[in-house]
Amino acid sequence: MGETMIKKIDYKLSMLALGLLIGTSCGAIIEAQAATDQVVIGDIDDMSAVYADVIGPKGIEAIKMAIDDFGGKALGNPITLLSADHQNKPDIGASKYREWADQSGLTMLLGGSNTGVSLAMAKVAGEKKVPFFAVGAAGSSLTNADCTPYTVHYSYDTTSLANGTATAMVQAGGKKWFFLTADYAFGTQLQEAATKVVLKNGGTVVGSVRVPLGTTDFSSFLLQAQSSGADVVGLSNAGTDFVNSLKSANEFGISKTMKPAALLAFISDIHALTLQTAQGLTLTTGWYWDLNDTTRAFGKRFFDKTGRMPTMNQAGYYSATLTYLTAVKAAGTTDPDKVMDALRSLKINDSFTSNGYIRKDGVMVHDMYVMEVKTPAESKAPWDYYKVIRKMDGEEAFGPLSDSTCKYAH
Amino acid sequence: MITILGYPLPAILGQLILGLVNGSFYAILSLGLAVIFGLLRIVNFSHGAMYMIGAFVAHIILANFGLNYWVSLIVAPVTVGLLGVVIERVFLSRLRGLDPLYGLLLTFGLALIAEGVMQQKFGSSGIGYPVPALLQGAYNLGFMFIPIYRLWVVVVSIVVCLTTWLVIERTSLGAILRAATENSALTQAFGINVPVYLTATYAFGVGLAGLAGVLAAPITQVSPLMGSSLVVVVFAVVVIGGMGSIMGAIVSGIILGLLEGLTKVIYAEASTTVIFIIMAVVLLLRPVGLFGRE
Repeated sequence: MGETMIKKIDYKLSMLALGLLIGTSCGAIIEAQAATDQVVIGDIDDMSAVYADVIGPKGIEAIKMAIDDFGGKALGNPITLLSADHQNKPDIGASKYREWADQSGLTMLLGGSNTGVSLAMAKVAGEKKVPFFAVGAAGSSLTNADCTPYTVHYSYDTTSLANGTATAMVQAGGKKWFFLTADYAFGTQLQEAATKVVLKNGGTVVGSVRVPLGTTDFSSFLLQAQSSGADVVGLSNAGTDFVNSLKSANEFGISKTMKPAALLAFISDIHALTLQTAQGLTLTTGWYWDLNDTTRAFGKRFFDKTGRMPTMNQAGYYSATLTYLTAVKAAGTTDPDKVMDALRSLKINDSFTSNGYIRKDGVMVHDMYVMEVKTPAESKAPWDYYKVIRKMDGEEAFGPLSDSTCKYAH
Repeated sequence: MITILGYPLPAILGQLILGLVNGSFYAILSLGLAVIFGLLRIVNFSHGAMYMIGAFVAHIILANFGLNYWVSLIVAPVTVGLLGVVIERVFLSRLRGLDPLYGLLLTFGLALIAEGVMQQKFGSSGIGYPVPALLQGAYNLGFMFIPIYRLWVVVVSIVVCLTTWLVIERTSLGAILRAATENSALTQAFGINVPVYLTATYAFGVGLAGLAGVLAAPITQVSPLMGSSLVVVVFAVVVIGGMGSIMGAIVSGIILGLLEGLTKVIYAEASTTVIFIIMAVVLLLRPVGLFGRE
């Protein structure tokens, strides 16, 4: 009796297994069929650490605004939105991207802050053929050595940031530079780009120090900078690293003897620092809420939802989502190659930029602004932080396509 | 500019002063660890978490009740100390007489839980904590600006460390504690309630970590992982000083802070590893540590 019982259970188990197998494969077939008209947008970003205020949870709000503005549906189906925290770990970002591409029918990914994570995710984009919009990562290798046919680089890159801030600082007399650099791909690429600009404009670089991501006490690194005898300390970092290093520079009186160069600063950083500390800084931004009526309108809408003015990357998230959806509509499908073709033939005119376009190497070329942070007296209202020193057109900021080492560029 | 062995004097002095500040933190934290290990034979791996909780207590009572830094200096160590009482009574007292490895694993687990819970609640980005108004500003020493707050940290640390040393080495209370460590059965036979003393010692040791957390809050921000990187360095300090040696922990804490500062002038890249190199050398030449007794 015992044996038949076991056989019965065996039989039941194998039927169950078979059923499961058929069920899942059917599911996969249905999913694959549905994939061409079902838009699934993913967002993988730092949701809780050094870069969480740059895009983070409020960036999801920006994506939702874009989806709403597009009508909530694409190709006749509701749009799905997924989000995850990469914790600044490249392997987490890449495996989440892969998982969504394999199992959730992902059709487009927004990759937030952290160049290291975005470089790992760009590899997945090439492999899985899912369009990848790098919005917070600055490293320009994303559209050069590490480019893929499915990468779009939004907001800014290390080249455009260096062209803005470093040029302005050297021309204002800051000839001798010392770099304080975040110790990973982003920091080193930004330092490299800024070094090029400094040397080109007749300046020199007297030294640099690499600082681990997420350092909270920058004082000893800043003393190193000070004893180098440089005129400018190039802060090749971002997010709370930038905020903390500038705070320490003030606390130790270092900003009295050297000028800090904010190679990448966001309005959220200035807000955290307050104008008292940040006044007079030169920085480069791809977007600011108080540029014109369109930007002001977007800024106000975002503020009403989140209680903060958007950073350039949160505005970039909105624009990237809207641009992608527009391209899907134009292509009539989510097929990645057709969508990428549609993206490259679009002119981007929205609250983020006018006449922006996506180049073959993946750079979204648009105007950039060199800003000076206002003094407390100049600031008329909360979040009234910048005045425009210079507007750079897209080509000047991002460099000509002929400079790109991306193999798909030519 | 005056130089010493080719290094500019202002740079050396500046880094030494910052090293002294870091050394003060090492001293308070390693002192707590040494007291706990010396009297309870527990390798308290939750020390970093206690330091973090101390800082969070300061942040929470400021944000929710408007209680300032000065109140925190009392409230945070007491809160952390009470938490220590609970941990000692509920968990650690059951491990007495077992291999120290059990205590190490238990406290390590508790640290992971505490950090995880705080990360869940507060996220992992740091929360700023203002420098108290009375200690704002900086002195210009000519070769550098030294924020007043950092000097304050050095002073508090030295006072706390020396007082603790005096109490344990020079008072009758300290004598009881040392006797309890040496031979708890005999001490108990004199009518002394040894378990109560051990609980109080643990509470005091982690209370010191809580105090260090409050002192650190205005410098490093309050964040759930603030203790996890520090605790490893502090253990190296305790090992160098000699496990359980109180003066060893204080002196080696401050000296290693200074050496770390000096390394930043000479070869900055090695500054995060220099303490471990020294630890390896000390263990090779004198396995009981610089101040440890064979």
